[in-house]
Formats: sequence, C-alpha cells, structure tokens
Amino acid sequence: MKRAAQSTLWKVLPSVTVIAALIGLWWLVVDLTRSAIFPTPWQVVQGTVELIRDGTLWQHIGASLMRVGTGFGLAVLFAVPLGLWMGWVRGAFSTLNPIFQILRPISPIAWIPIAILWFGVGDESPIFLIFMSSVFPMVVQTTAGVHTIERRYLRAAENFGVSRYTLFRRVVIPAVLPQIIVGMRIGLGVAWLVVVAAEMIALRSGLGYLIIDSRNAGNRYDLVISGMVIIGLIGLSLDGIMRLLEGLRIVRWRYVR
Amino acid sequence: MSAKIAVKGLKKGFENDQGSLPVVNDVSFEVADGEFVAFVGPSGCGKTTLMNIIAGFDPPDEGTVKIDGSFARGPSAKGILISQHGSVFPWLTVQQNLMFGLNGHAPSDKEQLADHYAAIVGLKGFEMSYPHELSGGMLKRAELARALVVKPEILYMDEPFSALDALLSFRMRKELLRILDEERHTVVLITHDVEEAIHLADRIFVLSARPARIQATFEVPFEHPRKLSSPEAQQLKDRILRELGA
Repeated sequence: MKRAAQSTLWKVLPSVTVIAALIGLWWLVVDLTRSAIFPTPWQVVQGTVELIRDGTLWQHIGASLMRVGTGFGLAVLFAVPLGLWMGWVRGAFSTLNPIFQILRPISPIAWIPIAILWFGVGDESPIFLIFMSSVFPMVVQTTAGVHTIERRYLRAAENFGVSRYTLFRRVVIPAVLPQIIVGMRIGLGVAWLVVVAAEMIALRSGLGYLIIDSRNAGNRYDLVISGMVIIGLIGLSLDGIMRLLEGLRIVRWRYVR
Repeated sequence: MSAKIAVKGLKKGFENDQGSLPVVNDVSFEVADGEFVAFVGPSGCGKTTLMNIIAGFDPPDEGTVKIDGSFARGPSAKGILISQHGSVFPWLTVQQNLMFGLNGHAPSDKEQLADHYAAIVGLKGFEMSYPHELSGGMLKRAELARALVVKPEILYMDEPFSALDALLSFRMRKELLRILDEERHTVVLITHDVEEAIHLADRIFVLSARPARIQATFEVPFEHPRKLSSPEAQQLKDRILRELGA
C-alpha cells in the first residue's frame, strides 16, 4: 500500500513540479514587470473565490455543461447511426462522404454568423456550433470503424448463416464500439474546445461568456484566467469520464494486447 | 453413393499489375462422407485460396464444387471454416461465442449446448472468459468448439494449429482425433506440416507450387492412435517430402 502510494507520488511529481515552476515564473514576471492589468496567480485565486462566493461560477459552469451536453448529445445521436450506415452501405458512403469531407475542415467559428441568422442570440446558437464541431469527427471515426472490421469476423458470422440484422447487431456494432468511443472522446474534446467561441453569442451565461464579459467589462483578467483554468480542468475531467468508457468489459478487448 | 464433396476443374486467378496471376490450376478431387483429407503444399502455393473456394467464400473462375451432390452456393453452417488466424469474436465471452451460431434453439438449450462443447474441448470453467483472457491454445479450442456446437457435416480447417508451438499443436491434434472419434465429421485440412497431415488424415493431397494443382495423392493406411515414429510413417513422410521437393 505504502509502496503504491510512493510510486504514484513519483509518477505525478515531475508534472506537478513543472506546473509549480510555471506558476512561479508567471508570478515572478508579473511582479518584475509591475503589470497593472495582468494578474498574479494569487489574484486569479482571489478572483475565483469571489466567483464561487457570489455563486456565479456554478451558474456559468452549469450553463456551459448544459450547452456542451446538449450539442454533443445531439451530435452522438446523429453521428453514430449515420457513421454506421455510411460504413455499411457503400452507396451511402460514396454519396455522403464528399459532403462531409468538404464540411469537416470548416472551423466552427465560421458558422457563427449563420448560427445567429438561423437561431438568434440564445442557447440554440452555441448548441448548434457545438453540434457542428463534434459531429464530423464522430461520423468519420464510426465510418472508418466499420470499414476496418476484420474480414475474418464477418466471414465467420456469414458462415453460421446469421441474418443481416444479427450480423449488424452482434458483429458490426460491437466491433466498431471502441472506434465509436474514440470518436466520442475526440468529439467531446472539440465540443469543449469551441465552448468559448460558441458562448460569445450566448446570453449572459457560460464560461465562454464569463471570459469575454470579464475582458469587456472592466479588464478583469484575473477572471479571464480563472475561466481559462476552469475550462481546462473541466475538459480534463470530461476526457477522464470518456476514458472510463474504454474500461467497459465489452470494449476492453481492443485495449489489451 | 455420391461423394460428400466433389470438386471438379477448379481454376482461380487474381488480377494484378502484370495481368492475371493464376493461383489454383485445374484442381479436382472427391471426399467421401466422414473422410479426413489433408492438403499439404509449399507456402504461398494457393492453399488458402483453394480452401476459401471449397468452403464457398470465394467463387472459382472455372470449375464446380458440389456438396452432397448439389452445387455449393456460398458458405453455410453445413460446413464451418476454422481459419488460420482465428475468428473467435473478441467482444463475446466463450459461451456467447459458442452460442452465436445456434439458431432455432431455446436460450436455455443454447447455454447448455455451449457449455457442453466448452467442456468437450477442455474449456470448462472458462465459459464466461473473454478471448483476450485465454491463451493461444485455449483460443483454438474455443474456435473448434464454436464450429462443433452447430454440428456441421464438414469441418474446413485452414492451418488451424500453425500458430501454436510444437507440443501444443501435437496436443490439439490428439484432442481433435478424440472428438472426431466421438462424433464423425468430414474434414478438409490444409497444412504445411507433413507430420500433422500423417497424424490426422486418411488421405493426403500434395499440392504443387503456385498455381496449385494436385501433384500426388497418398493414402494413410495406419490405425489410430498413430505412431509417427514408426518406420512406415517415416517412410510415408519421406515420400511426401520428396514429392514436395524437400
């Protein structure tokens, strides 16, 4: 037990040291340059405490999570069945893939004017932007997952004379599931990445709004950085949750070996 | 009575940059019901292609395959292929794998049958294990059990034990013979191991280098259990090896 704790300590020690050094450097540079605007780490902590005390931090986190959850959830519901279909039906792939390949490289930020035009300024626009950002990686991963199913498994199923429905349900979907999870990890990562841009057009809530508003209303850079750090930490936690899916028994086969 | 498997004039080639590459060249043979035949041939001679055609996975360019007197149209559960690289579904447990091909049984019967065949191949206690939790030899047993549980009339075995070490391969062969002693199947085995063919088969076809054609046929007139170190077995092995150009 003691040894395990010691080994964990040795594992995290280098990164903790680097983070501490960076914070120290930041503090030193701000002190030396006597910056009137850029905050010290301590001011960021104080700003964060202020946000926690007046309760606005939780509202912003809740609003961002709601938008990302909705946009990403809709993207999963859309992308996974579509990706399976495109992977399985050659005609669907040859018809739809070019469209996705054209839409995929367009930055979600480019959709902002269209989002405002279609949905106005409110929750729908950021949800739409988050949907647009996360749907493509998931479609691509799921389709690629179907295309890369090893032929020996499909042949084995064919050999036992199972119906096409059974083949799809018991071979194709479980074989692709690990790839779907990878797509979901990437999709959620991108969704969270664009939350700031998406909430530039949000109505007075969300971590993105917090950052923009803190900058616009009084140069509160302590709150800007606080918002940034919180986005980073929540992003890390969301990725951790997605990684838990990789531990499910039905997909663990993909990660052993 | 007609043969269980009747193959006539099979030809198959693959297109490549240089044109058509012939892989199987005019192969004809018959297998009687309950017979165990083995094909031996040099590496890359077209053995697997031949097996895929016989088992119904690939169409030949020319020639016919008849099973019980009818033309074979694609793969069916009547003949199960055990492939070289294994095809046990890694996302299913041993029991679920064994139940996979059991259509038309009640769920409780499926479980019972699956567990019975898991026990037959020596996987009792591993029914709920996933393939990645098993050793290479156990995986082969699971694959064999999954094929046997649907009671196929024919087993197509494409180098089934080639990935195993010599000792394990020998054990698996003995296991297979024990099972075949209890429930008779017609077996077509493909192997590069002459000793394995002599150990298991009633008849051995020697294939030529690519494009594969049947170059010689040997009867294996020894009773089971066979003693591979006997002078007769050694003599047969030497003759087959000579035929293979070794």
